Amino acid sequence: MILIDYLSGALLIAGAVFFLAGTLGLLRFPDVYTRLHALTKADNVGLGLMVVGLAVQAESWTAAGKLLLIWLLVLLAGSSVAHLVAGGALQRGIQLWKR
Amino acid sequence: MQTFNLALALFLLLNLGAGMWRVFCGPTAADRMLAAQLFGTTAVAVVLLLAQAYGNPALRDVALVFALLAAVTAVAFVRRAWPDQEAGHDSD
Repeated sequence: MILIDYLSGALLIAGAVFFLAGTLGLLRFPDVYTRLHALTKADNVGLGLMVVGLAVQAESWTAAGKLLLIWLLVLLAGSSVAHLVAGGALQRGIQLWKR
Repeated sequence: MQTFNLALALFLLLNLGAGMWRVFCGPTAADRMLAAQLFGTTAVAVVLLLAQAYGNPALRDVALVFALLAAVTAVAFVRRAWPDQEAGHDSD
């Protein structure tokens, strides 16, 4: 029981670190395209680690499966949205960042 | 474990607060929308943590709705609400 708590805690903290990195990237990166990169890391890996950490604690297999489905939905939505936003930004002539 | 989950949820909320700065400062509409997307994902994580902390499985359905709404919002923004001219005041 204790071991499961430690495992879940480690996974949750790793997920939180990715969310922190995503927020920092969104605040610090110079243009839309690089911010998109930071955002998708938080979306995919951050939420993924959180979901696995919570699924370890979950009370039944049904609950764990639902958590996994939420993550899959966010994965699908996140990648489609990243593609749409990047394409739209290029179409509207937003310049790529150059040093 | 409950205290730990609540503390993590609070930490993610603070992240959200920091992200508000990007919503206010832009510079392009797309940047604001990306911040809103991050809010959507973080809100999903917060609600899932609360569902576990308070032992309330109904909150997982709330998280599912959040994820769905975030996706629909972003697609609606790109296809309908994104102004065509904004290269002119993109100065960051």
